Amino acid sequence: MGQASLQGKFGSTRSVRERQTVDARIFQELRAIVGERGLITSPEELHTYECDGLTAFRVMPRGVLLPKSTEEVQGIVRVCHRERIPFVARGSGTGLSGGALPVHDGIIISLARMNRVLEVDLPNARVVVEPGVINLDVTGQVMAQEYFYAPDPSSQSVCSIGGNVAENAGGAHCLKYGFTTTHVLGLEVVLPDGTLVHLGGKVLDQPGYDLAGVFVGSEGTLGIATKVILRVVKRPECIHTLLAAFPSTNEAGAAVSDIIAAGMLPAAIEMMDNLAIQAAEAAVHANYPNCGGLLLVELDGPNAEVQALMTQVDEICRNNGAWEIRVAQSDSERALFWKGRKAAFASVGRISPNYIVQDGVIPRTALPQLLGEIERLGKESGLRVANVFHAGDGNLHPLVLYDRKIAGQEQAALALSYHILELCIEAGGSITGEHGVGEEKKMIMSKMFAEPDLETMQRVRCAFDPLQLSNPTKVFPRTRLCGEKPGEYLAHPLETAGIAERF
Amino acid sequence: MDAAIPSGITMGSSTFEQAARAILARQHVRAAGPSDAVAGVQPQLVVEPGSEQELAKVLKLANEAGLAVIPRGGGTKLAWGNPPNRADLIQSTARLNRVLEHPWADMTVTVEAGCTIQTLQETLAQHGQRLALDPLWPSRATVGGVLSTNDSGVLRLRFGALRDLIIGVTLALPDGTLASSGGKVVKNVAGYDLPKLATGAFGTLGMITRAVFRLHPVPRNSRTFTILARDVDETQKLILAIQDSKLAHTAMQARFSADAPPQIDILFEGTKAGLAAQQIQVTMLAAQATLREVAPDVWNARQETCSLSKAHASDGSVVATVIAKLCIMPASMAATLQCVARVANAPRLCWKAVMQATGIGCLRLAGTPEALPTALKSLRDHLEHAGGSLTMLEQVSLPAPFDAWGGIGDALPLMRAVKRQLDPKTTLNPGRFVGGI
Repeated sequence: MGQASLQGKFGSTRSVRERQTVDARIFQELRAIVGERGLITSPEELHTYECDGLTAFRVMPRGVLLPKSTEEVQGIVRVCHRERIPFVARGSGTGLSGGALPVHDGIIISLARMNRVLEVDLPNARVVVEPGVINLDVTGQVMAQEYFYAPDPSSQSVCSIGGNVAENAGGAHCLKYGFTTTHVLGLEVVLPDGTLVHLGGKVLDQPGYDLAGVFVGSEGTLGIATKVILRVVKRPECIHTLLAAFPSTNEAGAAVSDIIAAGMLPAAIEMMDNLAIQAAEAAVHANYPNCGGLLLVELDGPNAEVQALMTQVDEICRNNGAWEIRVAQSDSERALFWKGRKAAFASVGRISPNYIVQDGVIPRTALPQLLGEIERLGKESGLRVANVFHAGDGNLHPLVLYDRKIAGQEQAALALSYHILELCIEAGGSITGEHGVGEEKKMIMSKMFAEPDLETMQRVRCAFDPLQLSNPTKVFPRTRLCGEKPGEYLAHPLETAGIAERF
Repeated sequence: MDAAIPSGITMGSSTFEQAARAILARQHVRAAGPSDAVAGVQPQLVVEPGSEQELAKVLKLANEAGLAVIPRGGGTKLAWGNPPNRADLIQSTARLNRVLEHPWADMTVTVEAGCTIQTLQETLAQHGQRLALDPLWPSRATVGGVLSTNDSGVLRLRFGALRDLIIGVTLALPDGTLASSGGKVVKNVAGYDLPKLATGAFGTLGMITRAVFRLHPVPRNSRTFTILARDVDETQKLILAIQDSKLAHTAMQARFSADAPPQIDILFEGTKAGLAAQQIQVTMLAAQATLREVAPDVWNARQETCSLSKAHASDGSVVATVIAKLCIMPASMAATLQCVARVANAPRLCWKAVMQATGIGCLRLAGTPEALPTALKSLRDHLEHAGGSLTMLEQVSLPAPFDAWGGIGDALPLMRAVKRQLDPKTTLNPGRFVGGI
C-alpha cells in the first residue's frame, strides 16, 4: 500500500509540527461533554474504528466520541477547533472509499447514537431525521402510507443517512429517482469551528447559495450534519421487473441502448456478466440463467403505462438476442431477482479469496469498448474481473479477483483496478459514481480534474473549514493551506522538503 | 497583456477599454447605452467575448481594474434581485451561443452559456430529447441566465429543478481562473458539486461559461386537464389528494386571482393507454369538482403572470406592478392564498397567482406604489414565519427598492465566506444577492 504509507508519514509529520497531542486533559473535557459511555479510548475497542468498508487502509484513532445530541457534537467540535485536533465523522462505517478512515492524531465522531426520526410530514412528503438513522428505516417510517425513501445503496439495511449525505449515495434506482442529493432538502450542520448553520430547508429554493447542494457529497470535509430533511416519494401503482439472458454483455448493452433510444426511463437497468452471475448463484441461489450477459430492467408507474412499455422492452430484448426472458409480477419474485444483484459484491468472496470493488462511470455508449479493454487487461495480468453495472447510467463496478497469498497479485490487482479508472477518465467519465473519492482515489483526482478545478473546490472548502480539521487529507490529492494565495500554485512545504509528493 | 496591468492598481474605464480591445476585436467592445442599464444603474461599457478564454481574460482585467461586472445573457431577468451597488461593465454571453456536444445516446448535452433555451431545445428535439425544464421566455432566456437565477417552471414537479438536471459546469472566476467541476456523466460523485453552487448564485461567484445537462425523452403523448374548484380550501384538498395518489402526473399548478374561483391544471405524459387509464383515475379523484380536458395553453399562465405590462386602475390611471416568487410548503397553499387575499383586500390591490404543487409560485400585485411595500412586508412575514420565503422578481415601478430577498438565516456568514473565497473584490454583480453579497 504505497499510498497508505505515504499518508502515514504525511499525517504524523504534520502532527508533530502543527498539532498538539490529544492528552489526558482534553479527553477529560470531552468526557464531560459526552459522558463516560460516550468516549472510547481503549485500544481493543478502537480497533473497530480503524477502517471503514475499505479495509486495505487502516489508521488507529486517538479516541472515538459517541455524541447523543447536536449540542454534544458542537461541544466536541469546539474543543477540536481550539486544540487543532482533526476529526472524522462516521456513520455505520460501510463506505467503500475510506471516507471514514481515521486521520493520524485525530478523533472519530460516531453519529450512531443520534438515530431518532424527528418528524414525519406526509402531506408535504418530508421526513426529518438525525444522521444515525439507517437508510431503510426511513422507508420503514412511511411504508404503511405507501411512501418510500428512494436512494437505495446496496448496503441500505445498515448504512446511515449521515453517511449517505457525506457520500451522496446512489443505488440501483437513481436512474429514475436521482441520488441522495436529489432527496435532501435541508441540513443542520455543525461547522468545523462548532458554529451551527441551517442549509436549505423544508421549503424549496431558500434564498442564498445552495450550500446544502455543496455539502451533500463533500465526504465529511465541510462539517458534520446533525439533522437531515428528506423528501419521500409515493410508491408507484405497480412495479414490474424483467430479467433477460443474453449471449454476452455486448447484446445486453445493445438492448440497453435501444430501450433508452425508445424514449423510456426505467426505474433501474442493471447488468451482470457471466463471472458475476456465477458468484451470485454460488452465494444466494438467485436462480439466474447461466448466460454471458444478464439484464434486469425495472419499470414502475401506473399499471397501464407499465404494461405497454414492458411489451416493448420484451420485444427489444428479443430483437437483441435474449434467449430467456422472465417477468416478476409479485413482490417475492421481484425480491429474488434483486437478491443476486444486491449480493453481488459479497458473493464474489465465494469464487475468490480476495477482491477489489471498483466504481467508475463512463458515458453509457462507451460500455462495449470499455468491457473489451477490461477483458484484455485482465488477460494480460492473469486476473479475473467480474462486472456488475448500473447500465442505465453507465456506472460500472468491476470486481478484480485475486489471491493475496500469491506474491505480487495484490499489487497487480490494485494496478488493474486503477487502470480501469484511467480508462473511464479517457472515455469522458468519472472515477467514482457513488462510492466517493475518500482516501482511496484522492491521488487520481488530478487525472480527472485540472489544477484550477481542484483549486476552486479547495477555495470552497476553505470557506467552510479554514483550519482543515474536518476529515482533512481526504478527497484532494494535497492539502491546500487556506492562507495560500488563491489562483497560483505554491508547493506545499512538505513537498519542497521531499516528504510528500503530489500525483 | 497580463504583465502590463499590475494587480492592485485601479484604472479608469477608458484605460480598461483600451486593454479590453487588445483582447477582443473592436466591434465587441462598445459604450453602454441607456438600454443597457441594470435596474436603474448605468454601466459604461458592454463587451461580448467570443470564447470562454476571452471572457475569463476580460473578467480578470476588470477585476484588477476594480470595475464592477454585470454578466448578461438574454437580459430577460436583469431586474430580478436587488439593484447592483455599482455597474461598470456588462459582460455579455451573446457570442457564446453554441450547443457544443449532444451525444444523444448518452442523453447529455454540453452547451455554452449564451445559447437560448429555445435553440437548445430545438437542437435536442432532433433526436427526440429535451432539457426537462420550462423556464420563462425561452426564445430569449439563455442557459447561463436561467441557471444563475434558478428559474424553473411547471415540469419541476416531475423532473426536479436545474440543480437536479445540471451535471457539469465551467466557471470563469474574477481572478481569471477557468474551473470545471462535475463532468459529462449523469452519475458522478468526484469532487465538490460546484454546478449546484453556481445554480441560483445570481452570477455573484463566477460567470458560467458552459454547462452540461442530463436529458429526458420528449413525451410520446401528453394531455392536460383543468379542474374548477370552489375555493382555496377545496383547491388545497384536491392538490394534496392528487399528490397522495398513484397518478404519475408531470405537472400540476393552481391559478388564483382576486375575482375568479381557483383552477387546477394537471399534465400527464406517456403512452396512450397510460394516459387513458390516468384520465379515469383523475376524474374519480376530482369527483365533486368539474374536470375537463383543455388545450396546453394553460401552461403559459406562469409566464403571463411574470411578464410585466402596464396595469391600469378602473379610473384609467397607471398603477405600480410588482412580481414576487413565493416559496411555501405544499400543504400551506390555502393559508398562503388566504393571506394574499387579506393583504390585498384593504388597499384594493389587484392580484393573481400561479402556484405549483411543489410549493413554488409567482404572485403579481398591482396598486398604488405606497400600498405595495406594506402588503409585501406582511406577506413576507407570514411566509417566513412558516419557513418559506418571498423574493422579488420585478419591482421597477416602486419608488424605493424593496429588499429582494428577506431574512436569510444563520448561514449568511458562511455564504459571505464562500463569496470572499471566489470573488474577494466583489467584482461580480455587487450588492445584488442576499445580505448585500
